[in-house]
Amino acid sequence: MTADRRPNDYPDAALRAEALESLLVERGLIDPKVVDGLISRYATDVGPMNGAKVVARAWSDPEYKARLLADGTSAIGELGFSGPQGEHIVVLENTPDVHHVVVCTLCSCYPWPVLGLPPDWYKDPAYRARMVREPRTLLAEMGLALDDDVQIKVWDSSSEVRYFVLPERPEGTDDMPEDELATLVTRDAMVGVGRVAEPVE
Amino acid sequence: MTVGERVPVELDIDGPSAPPRANGELVFSEPWESRVFGVTVALYERGAFPWDEFRDELVAAIGRWERESPDSSDYRYYECWLEALQSLLARHRIVGPDQLTDRVSVLRARPAGHDHHHIDEPES
Repeated sequence: MTADRRPNDYPDAALRAEALESLLVERGLIDPKVVDGLISRYATDVGPMNGAKVVARAWSDPEYKARLLADGTSAIGELGFSGPQGEHIVVLENTPDVHHVVVCTLCSCYPWPVLGLPPDWYKDPAYRARMVREPRTLLAEMGLALDDDVQIKVWDSSSEVRYFVLPERPEGTDDMPEDELATLVTRDAMVGVGRVAEPVE
Repeated sequence: MTVGERVPVELDIDGPSAPPRANGELVFSEPWESRVFGVTVALYERGAFPWDEFRDELVAAIGRWERESPDSSDYRYYECWLEALQSLLARHRIVGPDQLTDRVSVLRARPAGHDHHHIDEPES
């Protein structure tokens, strides 16, 4: 139903969502306990910490990094992270010369198994339109000023592929163990709208 | 948890059980958003539809919103998500628009101030 054909008393979303769920439950098509479990999983268990562990492993283990860049889904699966929206993950390595950033212009696709569900700004129409049109300006507005000689590559996720950015390892972390490295990695860095800051002494 | 109860939205934001997704933000702004997300993934996982079909409906719903709403500040992603699910379920003849309207009427007729409602389980 499109908005222009909606009657004035078109029920609000909360009511439609409740009605839909109750009909599906009655027909045995969904089990509310399964729905509860999925919500809890994606609201609390699956999040950027998964991706941070992947990044820390790649920084610490060159062979793992090679596998990650060759086949993201498989290498991420080695750490136990898999599931919907993670079937075809391509990992993009940021370097001093090339900066990758991810967007989904059409529908806000996002690699759930490594980042959880997308934040509001990722779904925002302005982010989706402007990251394609003027990435350098938008990144600067989001706090990431890149030198003009850094090439920016924008990856639009609107296909089966989900992209995941492997950020640059910050200076001053050579002796840091993997579990500490993971605490430095932010979601923004793994989407490509930020970089991983050097650890604070 | 029984049918109709809502998932708790009080989360320990700062404590040891703080959700790791964060970087400070909650992924759902209202309980119904989490329900419609969970319902969609549950249907997908039991094979009710391939994800591509849902994504196509979502792309269409977002496109409609963008054509019809000049002001992007009132954009509601999960409203588009819900529209997409409604369209998909109608197309698969799982839940039609009339059935949805009828059920909404039943829910609307509940007495005001109902605390949490219990929808009768079907006889098995």
